Amino acid sequence: MQGKRKMADEQKITLAHGSGGSTSYELIRRITRVFGKPAAELNDSAVVGFGKSRLAFTTDSFVVKPVFFPGGDIGKLSVCGTVNDLAVAGAVPLYLTASCIVEEGFKISDFKKIVESMKKAATQAGIRIIGGDLKVVKKGEADGIFVNTAGIGMLRSNVSISVDNAKPGDKVIISGSIGDHGIAILSQRPGISFRTNVKSDCAPLDSLTGIVCRFGKKVRVMRDPTRGGLASALNEIAMASGKTIIIDESAVPVRREVGSACGLLGLDPLQVANEGKLVAVVSGSVAGKICREMKKNRYGKDAAIIGEVFRGKSGVYMKTIAGGKRIVEMLSGEQLPRIC
Amino acid sequence: MPAIVKELHREFAGPTRFMEVCGTHTMAVFRHGIRSMLPPGLELVSGPGCPVCVTPAGKIDEAIALAGKKGIILATFGDMLRVPGTRSSLEKQRAEGADVRVVYSCADALKLADETGKKVVFFAIGFETTSPTIAQTILDARRTGKKNFFVYTALKLIPPAMRALLESGEVKIDGFMCPGHVSAVIGTKPYGFIPRDYRIPCVVAGFEAYDILESLLMLVRMKKSGKPEVANQYCRWVRTDGNQRAVEILNSVFETSDAEWRGIGVIPSSGLNLRKEFLEFSAERFVDSGISAPEEKSGCRCGAVLRGAVKPTDCPLFGKKCTPDNPAGACMVSSEGTCAAYFRYAGKKKNG
Repeated sequence: MQGKRKMADEQKITLAHGSGGSTSYELIRRITRVFGKPAAELNDSAVVGFGKSRLAFTTDSFVVKPVFFPGGDIGKLSVCGTVNDLAVAGAVPLYLTASCIVEEGFKISDFKKIVESMKKAATQAGIRIIGGDLKVVKKGEADGIFVNTAGIGMLRSNVSISVDNAKPGDKVIISGSIGDHGIAILSQRPGISFRTNVKSDCAPLDSLTGIVCRFGKKVRVMRDPTRGGLASALNEIAMASGKTIIIDESAVPVRREVGSACGLLGLDPLQVANEGKLVAVVSGSVAGKICREMKKNRYGKDAAIIGEVFRGKSGVYMKTIAGGKRIVEMLSGEQLPRIC
Repeated sequence: MPAIVKELHREFAGPTRFMEVCGTHTMAVFRHGIRSMLPPGLELVSGPGCPVCVTPAGKIDEAIALAGKKGIILATFGDMLRVPGTRSSLEKQRAEGADVRVVYSCADALKLADETGKKVVFFAIGFETTSPTIAQTILDARRTGKKNFFVYTALKLIPPAMRALLESGEVKIDGFMCPGHVSAVIGTKPYGFIPRDYRIPCVVAGFEAYDILESLLMLVRMKKSGKPEVANQYCRWVRTDGNQRAVEILNSVFETSDAEWRGIGVIPSSGLNLRKEFLEFSAERFVDSGISAPEEKSGCRCGAVLRGAVKPTDCPLFGKKCTPDNPAGACMVSSEGTCAAYFRYAGKKKNG
């Protein structure tokens, strides 16, 4: 055993370790043993008591390539990403810090553009950027710009949202079309020679989660399905709650262009990243009402009830348009384009 | 239940085993949940139509060695990165410092040669679908007088592999669902020997749910009537003669040769090698022969899976020592691999 562990430590990090799938999870679990007991669950936000209130705290790093993409840039993404991690915990986002690692030779005008879009996104989300840091490294020691943001928010007192809280009879709501961000980014990669009009859905979700949170304890789980897509988010919920989730393919909104691009590249839209979508598991009694309310928000116009929670073994299934039924698996490894 | 499924149930007469030859079909069958709609007794087995999966480990070892050479960039499709060779994979070698680049087409590799000025070796895998574009790229390289672009080929042909499966007699197959995109290039005629010599029906099939269900229905009917032929379900893309231009380009650059298939062995005239007029683009000159004796990881049953002889779930490593994150065999790596499809969609969990 000792020998095996030692061998594993001598291996090197590969890109699969950063994919957000199970390879990443294994590595993080191994590394966090340093803190004593292994981290039981790795949530989007940590929740800590502070006086009589509870605070949500989170941090995230952004290395998106290209830095500017259709529908946003690394600045907007880094603010929205952290705002959304706080928002889906049921918190009101309050303060944010940002630090940038910039490669020598990066254009100052581009840097300014990125910071301006951070400010714009923060204003829109009602979060204040209260601090930051800048480091410059030699050419070749970073790729353009990397951004880290950390955010803090106040947890609403009327909600108890948790990934293990899905109950039989609950409905699953998605706030709009899936896979837009992943396909928008992929379409910009060198070597991808198809043009799409797909824009990233990158957006702050705090106003949308605010609407959902009005329904108090009827709201069981909220997630923003980023890396690994809707499939991973639903699997996390099903696993943590010990329930079966069944979704209906015909109800899941997928843009035509996203569907076609996925077909071309051999990807499953359910596993493609989003950056401005909310998946909410809510009591069946209020699901229709919540969905209608969400539709009034600009980021929830295409909200739809896509599935239901059932008693039974942990797992996610989908009724297909063709009339069959299949498993919805978590993303594993890197998402690779298909080759034949 | 959709009408086509009802029809399939109505027409179905007794235990039948069809093979979907191509990995894209395997994936589509799972993704559309088609297995859950089939009449009991209608079994689908997956065939050798995944180019990543049938590339022998020795070939991967040689590619790894190529990638490690000074001044060489190895460019290939993303799926090849994690395929285990005998000892390592291209992904692991990249982490060790080898210059391995993922490209989406051979033309991108040629562009890479332009941009970097370094020797670029394209590790070419694929079937009749991919090969004409690779041939065209080599013609482009010739036309522009490229001196730093090379191709390391492991290209293969589908019909000879089907003949080899039938000749071995290992698995009883009642019908073939043939890959529509391969036939978009070669047409339907190259499968003619199957109904003629083996009395087994073939349907060239598309990849949507309806395409697959209709193809199965066509196979069931042909089996019932006892009049096997090569039928074309994918007629919106596939002509009987295929794409003559693509075939011409392919044949102008490549010639057939015997080729080794992982899990199957050497199949006569089943591979494509550069014609001697194009040997200047061959990467063989950089290859040190005899690097390794290809061998599978002990217990790995990829070979039998590729022949349709066993299901992935019959393999002792499946879902335990072999997962998409930590693959022991090639069939677990590719997005078109049979084991990966079973793992993702058939509900076999990691600890199951």
